[in-house]
Parts: sequence; C-alpha cells; structure tokens
Amino acid sequence: MTRSAPLPEKAHIIRAAAGIGLYAGAFGLTFGAVSAAAGLSVVQAVAMSAVMFTGASQFALVGVLAAGGTPLAGLSAALLLGLRNAFYGVPVTGIVATRGALRGLTAHFVIDESTAMAVAQSGRRAGRYAFWATGVTLYLLWTLGTLVGALVGGGIDTSALGLDAAAPAIFLALLWPQLANDRARVVAVGAVVVALGLVPLAPAGLPIIAAAAVAIGIGLLPDRPRRGRQDR
Amino acid sequence: MTTLWATIIAASLGCYGLKLAGVSLPASVLAHPRVQRTAGLLPVAMLSALVVTDLFDTNGRYSADWHTLAGVGVGAIALRLGRSLVVVFLLAIASTAALRGVA
Repeated sequence: MTRSAPLPEKAHIIRAAAGIGLYAGAFGLTFGAVSAAAGLSVVQAVAMSAVMFTGASQFALVGVLAAGGTPLAGLSAALLLGLRNAFYGVPVTGIVATRGALRGLTAHFVIDESTAMAVAQSGRRAGRYAFWATGVTLYLLWTLGTLVGALVGGGIDTSALGLDAAAPAIFLALLWPQLANDRARVVAVGAVVVALGLVPLAPAGLPIIAAAAVAIGIGLLPDRPRRGRQDR
Repeated sequence: MTTLWATIIAASLGCYGLKLAGVSLPASVLAHPRVQRTAGLLPVAMLSALVVTDLFDTNGRYSADWHTLAGVGVGAIALRLGRSLVVVFLLAIASTAALRGVA
C-alpha cells in the first residue's frame, strides 16, 4: 500500500474523524463518570474503554451492575450489544486489509463509527483511510475521556451538559449519508419498527440485533427487473 | 472486586472475539454480491435501531426525555442543511443543555 497519489477525500475524512473524536471524548467522560458512580475503580473504567472498546456494551454492563443486576446479566447484555460488531466485520473485511496479524488489530477497531465512516466512502482506499482515522482517533479520545470522567466522577453533571443527546445525534449523523437509496431507507424504517417493537419484550441489546435481521432479509432479496411501480 | 474484574475480563474477551469472528469470514462468502449488499445495509439497520433505542428505551420501557428529543431534532435539522458531523454534535448537546437549563 505505498501508492502516493493524493487522496481527494482526505481533508473531509479528517474533519469528520476529528468531530467523532470530540464526541468520543465527551462520551468517554460520561462513561467514566457513570462507571465511577456504579462503583468501578478508575483502572477498571479505563481498562473497559481500552480493552473492551465498544461503547454500547460498556454502558450496558455498567448500567446493569449499577441497577443491582448480576454480573452474568451484565455480561449477557454486553455480549448481545457486541454481537453487531461481528456483523460489521463483513463490510469492514471488504474495505480494510484483514490478513495475518493485521486482522487481529483491525478487529479491535471494528465499531459503529469506524464501520459507518468506512462504508460511507466511495473507494476502497478512502474507506480504509476513513476506518483507521476514525478508529484510532476515537480510541484515543474515548479512553482519555473515560480516564478524566472516572477521576472527576460525580463532579460532572453530564445531563446538564446535554451529553445524553451525544450518542443518538452522532448515530443519526453517521446514518444520514447511508440513506441515499430506496433499499437502505426501507431497511432503516424496518429496523426502527423491529427495534421499537421489541423494547418491552426483549433484554437490552436484542432489539438492535433483531434489526440486523431486517438488513439481512432485504439485502438478500433478489433484484427484480423494474417494470413500472411495484407496490408492497 | 474480584467478581467485577472477572466480569470485565470476560466481557472484554467476548466482545473482542465477536469482532474477530466478523473479520474472519472466508473470502468466498464475502465475494458474493448479495452478501456485499447486505454488508452495506447492516450498519443502516443497526444505527437506525441504536438511534431509536437511545431515544425511547429506558431499561426495557418506553420513555423519552423531551429535552434530548428536541436536541437531537436540532441536530437532524443541521444534517438536513448539510452541516458537518461536528456541528451536528455540538448543536445537539448545546440545545439539549440549553432547553434543560430553562425548562
């Protein structure tokens, strides 16, 4: 990979990655503060961000423990939410080189934001660049934010800072450019219906995994020749 | 404390194993056009589900905080206007914080 031709999308990718980094720092701060409130030590909170490195699972684990749930319940919720990273491996493998030792390293950085940024690019090279720029920036700031949040602990009122809006706003921003075609929009609507429908019925994480079934179902549908409108 | 560490280590290993399994699928599977199309749709489905569960799911019950909803709504308007991710993020949290400050 020693092509030296300039990457036209580079500046745009760096700007977006910096934005995601800013968000990751703020969101990491929230995670650190929540962990401290749940009784985790600073080392435990930072270890989770550095090693587990998948925000939704981390929040789920700490949330279950803080609510008095058993470690096994917390573990199950974390793994259910982490399962979507396995699905992300499919698009990531198509974009980022995943052979040999690099595969183990790549795996660690497969998360919502790095995957979304990689698939949003038009070429493989730009996708690869976006994956690593986003993944590494986010990793560093997420871990640093967690450290600060865990140290300051209850001293920060994250909801007064509006940080509870951070994750849904960023997920929406990452989703937005991917809604360019009809098939994607149908998947988004189906995923929303399935996930919301399962909220009161299924344990944390399952509504999101079930939404993956919508993508698989619609993605595997054969292309139909377009002869006029087809109502569904 | 030991139980807590064991839980953290098990969750970390499990989450990493899931990520590794995803990037270890054989090339023959990945080469299929329908698999590639599905791969592109998976982030769409899961990001959509994450947005709505973040906004409307509180421990398995439907509930929403209107400050947060309004803040994310402001972010959505910024997206509609073609603003960058940083702007969307800052507007969403600032609006949420401001609304919570006044009401």
